[in-house]
This record gives sequence, structure tokens and C-alpha cells, in this order.
Amino acid sequence: MNRVRQFKPEEPWQAPEEEPIVRIENVTKRFGAFYAVDDISLHIHQGEFFSLLGSSGCGKTTLLRMLAGFETPTSGQIFIDGQDVTNIPPYERPVNMMFQSYALFPHMNVADNIAFGLKQEGMAKSERQDRVAELLSLVQIEQLAKRKPHQLSGGQRQRVALARSLAKHPKILLLDEPLGALDKKLREQTQFELVNIQERLGITFVVVTHDQEEAMTMSSRIALMHEGRIEQVDPPRRLYEFPSTRYAASFIGSVNLFDGYVVQQDDDQVLVQCDEADSLLQVRHSQPLVPGMAVTLALRPEKVRVLKDFDEEAPNQLRGQIKEIAYLGDVSIYHVQLPGGKWVQFTQPNVQALAEQPLTWDEEVTLGWSANSCGVLTE
Amino acid sequence: MKRRMPLLISILLFGYAFLYIPIASLIVYSFNESRLVTVWSGFSTKWYGELLQNDQLLGAAWLSVQIAALTASLSVVLGTLAALALVRFRRFRGRGSLEVMVTAPLVMPEVIIGLSLLLLFVAMETVIGWPAGRGMNTIVIAHTTFAMAYVAVVVQSRLAHMDLSLEEAALDLGARPLKVFFTITLPIIAPALVAGWLLAFTLSLDDLVVASFVSGPGATTLPMVVYSSVRLGVSPEINALATIIVGLVSVAVLIAGFILWRQEKRNSMDSN
Repeated sequence: MNRVRQFKPEEPWQAPEEEPIVRIENVTKRFGAFYAVDDISLHIHQGEFFSLLGSSGCGKTTLLRMLAGFETPTSGQIFIDGQDVTNIPPYERPVNMMFQSYALFPHMNVADNIAFGLKQEGMAKSERQDRVAELLSLVQIEQLAKRKPHQLSGGQRQRVALARSLAKHPKILLLDEPLGALDKKLREQTQFELVNIQERLGITFVVVTHDQEEAMTMSSRIALMHEGRIEQVDPPRRLYEFPSTRYAASFIGSVNLFDGYVVQQDDDQVLVQCDEADSLLQVRHSQPLVPGMAVTLALRPEKVRVLKDFDEEAPNQLRGQIKEIAYLGDVSIYHVQLPGGKWVQFTQPNVQALAEQPLTWDEEVTLGWSANSCGVLTE
Repeated sequence: MKRRMPLLISILLFGYAFLYIPIASLIVYSFNESRLVTVWSGFSTKWYGELLQNDQLLGAAWLSVQIAALTASLSVVLGTLAALALVRFRRFRGRGSLEVMVTAPLVMPEVIIGLSLLLLFVAMETVIGWPAGRGMNTIVIAHTTFAMAYVAVVVQSRLAHMDLSLEEAALDLGARPLKVFFTITLPIIAPALVAGWLLAFTLSLDDLVVASFVSGPGATTLPMVVYSSVRLGVSPEINALATIIVGLVSVAVLIAGFILWRQEKRNSMDSN
């Protein structure tokens, strides 16, 4: 199901001379003694589908609300399209927001909800009607124009909210948990629609979400937030394959972590001594490391293979006993206990239906992986 | 379970009887032929006819209605402002004392409200010359002081349940704060305002104690007339009048209740 999105135009964040559409400079937001957002700097570029990902209370919503103008930073500045908007009220900002609760006006019908922003601009009535019709067809709810919000299903309300927030051609669309209120099936379907609409309109989307799968599927880049700070900003694939911190590694997907120290480094091949493993661990890492330095290796469960024999000479090997098996349909997750007591998990696709389980409980196995499949965490 | 049913039903009936038999007997005797209130001598609507001839009663009724309407309108404005301040502006100087003062009239004995307002009006008249004498104005002010407390409570609960992001969405779409209040907040809390208005109207209409403290010559409200005439003996005319008032108040309360109930239902549908 996870389709990692290919960003079509060349990656704009790689071009430093281009003015980003959102520039957040050293922004801090304090509520009393609590730092909701702690000295964040971030650039978001035109046309991106940018996600702020994190667990609840990490400051992602506060950051979004500061972009919308509902909160003022305690310190720092926010620029939108080159203009300093730090102290500009929400009704004068060139951004619009889609709320988590959708916030549809209950006393207005769908068409009036969508037209509300256009009315504030003073757009003529006939022009307004054309624009509303255009938006209704964009989100495919033409037949619902005269309904009141309480006569709509959750998915339909979500579409109205989206149409309303797009009506004024915002430079940036802010979306607060846009799919949070939908059930799982509808959510997956809507993810792709949201991406399609974003690509068609070319508007920069900034999305707040706590759902890593959602962020992975839709985003051009993800900013992973933790306790008011940004842990890592990267495209989904990089964030998954090369997490830069322990938190990032364990937040996205599952991961096995091995603590050890560097033994030697030849070019980009690093050898790491880890007490829990039965051999030296070899990993590819291009940044220079000092021998003796403490590092953590992050190994994704799906990168692990089951080896036939233990080879005294080869690196990257573990021996242990399978203690638990979780059958998930497409894959099975195996929990292996090493002699030292450490748990390691790996996954195997269930290639054949009803085939006899090749691996079973209490079986002794040797696990291995390639040097390219492991990440090095230095913090 | 089955065996308990007769007991439950009889308790229910007793409760209803306790509440409504006095009112029912009043209504029944308003259709009595006889001048003696307690002796039934046949059905008649003549007391309703005589009521229409009684200028003193009709004048008092008209005055009461005017006072009630003014009181209700003023209370809605002030009560809504107080509720907005309490719900929307979480932190400000004097918030605690405002909260206490807004709700104090709910528990304050009417006699004390009446007396304190009377003393205030007298003092104000000697110091700043206003209000000159007591009458309809002072009754409206006095009624507003306690009726707005009820309005504030009703509106406050409605505002507290209103999704704040509705106002934020309107701001986000380019509406200025004042425009947001009139196009979004006000229509959404309108049912509470209507209910509050009706509540304030009935409170003012049947107040006797506060009104008798702060009224002056020439400003006699309906409850005051009823009270003074009953002291000279109950006339069937009063029964007829009371029946009409009971009817009006019931209708007002039913309408207010219906509006709140419909709103509640819509809210629960919205949150689904």
C-alpha cells in the first residue's frame, strides 16, 4: 500500500538560491514555562507537499497555527513568499487552512460555505457562482451544493472543507489532520485524491499529521518533530532508510537498534563491534568516524535474511531462537531472542499460501543482512 | 419488573397531581358562573368578558408586557456580552469577580435585590438627578439586573459548546473579527438568545417582589394589581386573568424548550 511518492519537478529544496515560499526563522512559542515550539527554522518550497509529523504534543499543530496566524511566535519570524507575516492577522494572510473538525458553518449550505471567503473579498455574485461550481466539480460533490453540513457524511464534509479552503487560491494550504476523522478505507482512497488535487493546482500544501503511513504516502518531504524541535527533515524514503537520530529511527516503522563502537573505517565501509552480535557488524557510511566512537546501528526488520549456516569469517550475523511469530497475512513478524537476552525482530513475506511454515517456534536461526541495509546513528 | 409498574405509575400520577391540580382548579374556576370563587354554579365565559372591561387590569397588563419586552431585550444584549467575556477571553483582570457577580442574582433573595436597588435609585436621584422618580424605567433596570444573569448562563453554555475553529475558519477566510461575530457566532448561538429572551420575558412578567420595591406611583405592574386585589378577596376575574397568563407562559416556555431541544439534536447529529 505504501507508495513512496516521486516528486516530479527536480527537488526544489536542493536549490538554495531559490526563495522558499515559507521561511520559518528561529521561531519559538512558549505557553507559560512550556516550550510548544522551540527555536525551529524551516524552509518550505513552492509546490511541495510538506508534512509535519509527530506524536501529539510535539508542537506540530502550534507551528501550523502560527503559519495561519492564530498564534503569534514568542520570538522569531515567519516569511510567506518573501513577506514578513509574523504579526499579520489571519484575515490578511495569503494562506488558508483546512481544520481538523472541518469547521463547516452549520447555518450555511455547502455552496455558501465555499463562497464565504470569496464574499469577504468582495467578488461579484456571478463570478462567485462560477468559482463555487468549479470547486464543487474539483472535489466531485456538485449534487450536494444545497445541502446543510449536518446532512453530509464525514467524507462529504471533508470535501466541502477542502473546497472552501481552496476557494481563494491561497499561496499555501494548511491542513490539520485532513484525514484524521475518516475511517481507514476512505482515508487510503482520499490520500491519493488529495495528492492529485495538489499536483493539479500546484499549491503548496503543509499538512499536520500523526500518522506516519499517511505522511509517507503523500509527502514530498517530512519534518519529523519531537518535543517542540525538528528531528529530521527529509523525503519519505530518506527518512525511512537513513534516519539520523534514534527517535527518528524508532518513530517511523519498526527498527532494531544495536549499540556499539567503531573499530575501523576503510573508505565508506565501517566495522562496528557490538557485544550482542556474534560477529563484527559492517555498515556503509560515508561520513568520517573516529575509531572508538560510540554509535548505534539501525536495522529495519524487512532487511534481515535468514542464513543457512553461521560463517565464522563473515560480518553481520546474529544467532538466536525464534520466540514469537505474528502472522499479518502479507508478512509474518518473527521475534528472535539472542543468547544475551536482546530481542531482534525480522519480517518474511508469506510467499506461498498454506505452505508449511519454514520457520517455527523455538527454532535456532542465523540472521544476516548486507552492509548497505543498515543505518548509522550518531545521536 | 412488571410488579413494580403500578407503583411507579401511581408515584408519577401523584407527582403530576401535586404540581398541576392547583393550576387546573384555577383554570376550571375561571369558567365558573358564580361570583363566589369556591362554589361551582355552571359554565360561563363571562369573567373573560368582564376582564376586557377592566381598564386597570388591562393597563397593568400592557405595562407589564412592555417592561418584560424591554427587560428581555436588554438582558439578551448584556447577558450575551457577559457570556462572551467569560467564555472567549480566558484570562483577564477581574474575570473571577465578573463570574461571581454575573451569577450572584441567581441565588440572591429577591427582597434583597429589590431593597438594594431601591436604595441605589434613591441615592442616585439625590446625587446625579437620575432616575427622576421611580416608575417603568427603574423596574426595567431592576429586572434586567437579575434576568441578564439567566441569559448569561444560557448563552454561556451554548458558547462553551460551540467549536472555536468555526470562528477561526471565518477569520482564516478573510472576515474581520466584528464580521465574524455577526455572520458566524451570532447565527450559531441565536437559539440560545431566543431561549434567553423568552426566559427573561417570563421572569420579568411574573416578578412581584422586586417590582414593588422599585416602582413608583403610576407604574403598577400586573402582578402588583393581582396581589393587591386578591387581598380584598379573590374575584373570578383574577382566575380568568391567571388562566391567560398560565397559557402565555406555557407557550413561551414550550417554544424556548423546543428551540433548545432542536439545537441539541442538531449538535449531536453534527458530532456524529
